[in-house]
Amino acid sequence: MTVQTERPPSGPADARKADDGGPGGPTSRAASRAGALTPYLLLLPACAATVLLLGWPLLKDILLSFQNLNMAQLIQHVTEWNGIDNYKETLASEDFWRVTLRSIIFTAVNVVLVMVLGTLVGLLLARLGKRMRFTLMIGLVLAWAMPPVAATTVYQWLFAQRFGVVNWVLDKLGWHSMADYSWTSSQMSTFFVVTLLIVWMSIPFVAINLYAATTTIPDELYEAASLDGAGVWRSFTTVTMPFLRPFLYATTFLEIIWIFKAFTQVFTFNGGGPDRLTETLPVYAYIEGVGNQHYGMGAAIAVLTILILLGLTAYYLRVVLKQEEDEL
Amino acid sequence: MKRSLFGRLWPNVTAVVLFVGFVFPVYWMFATAFKPTGDIISENPVWFPTHPTFEHFKTATHADHFWTFVTNSVTVTVLAVVFSLIIALAGSFALARVRFKGRRGFIVAFMLAQMAPWEVMIIAMYMIVRDASMLNSLVPLTLFYMMMILPFTLLTLRGFVAAVPKELEESAMVDGCTRAQAFRRVILPLLAPGLMSTSLFGFITAWNEFPLVLVLNKEAHAQTLPLWLSSFQTVFGDDWGATMAASSLFALPILILFVFLQRRAVSGLTAGAVKG
Repeated sequence: MTVQTERPPSGPADARKADDGGPGGPTSRAASRAGALTPYLLLLPACAATVLLLGWPLLKDILLSFQNLNMAQLIQHVTEWNGIDNYKETLASEDFWRVTLRSIIFTAVNVVLVMVLGTLVGLLLARLGKRMRFTLMIGLVLAWAMPPVAATTVYQWLFAQRFGVVNWVLDKLGWHSMADYSWTSSQMSTFFVVTLLIVWMSIPFVAINLYAATTTIPDELYEAASLDGAGVWRSFTTVTMPFLRPFLYATTFLEIIWIFKAFTQVFTFNGGGPDRLTETLPVYAYIEGVGNQHYGMGAAIAVLTILILLGLTAYYLRVVLKQEEDEL
Repeated sequence: MKRSLFGRLWPNVTAVVLFVGFVFPVYWMFATAFKPTGDIISENPVWFPTHPTFEHFKTATHADHFWTFVTNSVTVTVLAVVFSLIIALAGSFALARVRFKGRRGFIVAFMLAQMAPWEVMIIAMYMIVRDASMLNSLVPLTLFYMMMILPFTLLTLRGFVAAVPKELEESAMVDGCTRAQAFRRVILPLLAPGLMSTSLFGFITAWNEFPLVLVLNKEAHAQTLPLWLSSFQTVFGDDWGATMAASSLFALPILILFVFLQRRAVSGLTAGAVKG
């Protein structure tokens, strides 16, 4: 099936057709109709909130993207429609494409690192003894739990130019030019730290969930495999991997979506600097829109970003729904 | 199974190295917070806070508006969680218990809503809130935070509601309870643990939220802790001790909740979306 865009679920309107709902048997026509309405009434607050607080901002974003809205218009409260000018300008600007490419590379590098290392750590968890596993699990959970803003602050301190522990270690290891190195001074070094931060924060989710998934593999499968003469590697490729594949597939998409829209870490660490060289799409939309007060342009960038994310999300939901087909 | 000494050793050695790698930043945050300033700005790092001091915590908690930020963060987070729990509970009951037309559509819609790119929608949200003259207020923040955690709460609670045996509810109704009474007297007590862990995850999301408050609330009286923490350089200058103390205070409740919730984290965070 294909997943459509945010569809404002119509509430009681659909209910007229549905007269099969509500257990208990139809005692009278009126009662069964009221029973059929119940699920929609119960869902009404949630749907109203979704339409109002999520649907409306999405729609507003689209409307704004067709407006010429800068500081002047904002102050005077005027609405100037300018058609698709914002999109034309955005899509024609070299900056936008550079930022898009940068976001894609940034996401790709992070996701590959997170998935590969996360899987390895997860498999390691499965192989460890009880006590060691518990210890490593504690470490993973602590890293996972760190609030992003707090974690970014801590990484700023770890990588501080003066008295930062990383520079000290690099200096002691013989890389003396790093003794007073400013990690925020260049594009690559900023991305290096942000990537390290995101990978550090994201591995635990993959590793712990993957470990949990391995515990659901029946032992008989391994026994059967070894009876058939399979070695460690063969039983890994024929038993473990097929079992984990759906999980890995879904998790990869989840990580792509999460990392593509990561704002807090990138923005808080270096504000998209130096010279706006580490802006990813969400940060770019924020700085163009709110920072430089080109709200219409910012909205257009946001809509384009959302479209990319929507494609990814739809694909993710397809994967997940295929897995859950029977449960829904 | 026999394994060589090397075969038994390397997983443990790797695990220890990984453990240190994952814990060190968290440890360093707390260690720095407790170290006297002289030990923080020393040419060679002092690895353990051998002379622990509460000086930096004092600096952090005496910073301008600190208690306003704490109050704001707690208010916004708690209200958002409570509202979303109430709304989600009603909806989850419908989705878990009743077969009706469009049920699958609702579930997919909430799954989509759960993936909403809030970080990218902040410009539109800023405009909406500004047009309503509600900038620098906690009300929009509460409402949007509620919405951010609502789909997750709803989908997770659906699982918990479905896990409560239907027979219990039916037998209560046979005994003369109305559906509402059966819900309140039979299902709700059984749901308590589920409600607890679901709300704690909602709490974590709302407590950590940063981009929206960054855009909406520029005035100190309406800011929350993440915003304050992110601007520490203007607040504390290069006072890393105070910054780490502030980070510690901000992170500690979440770290405790999370370690406490770790087992549920595995099955819960993905809300039935990723199955092992």
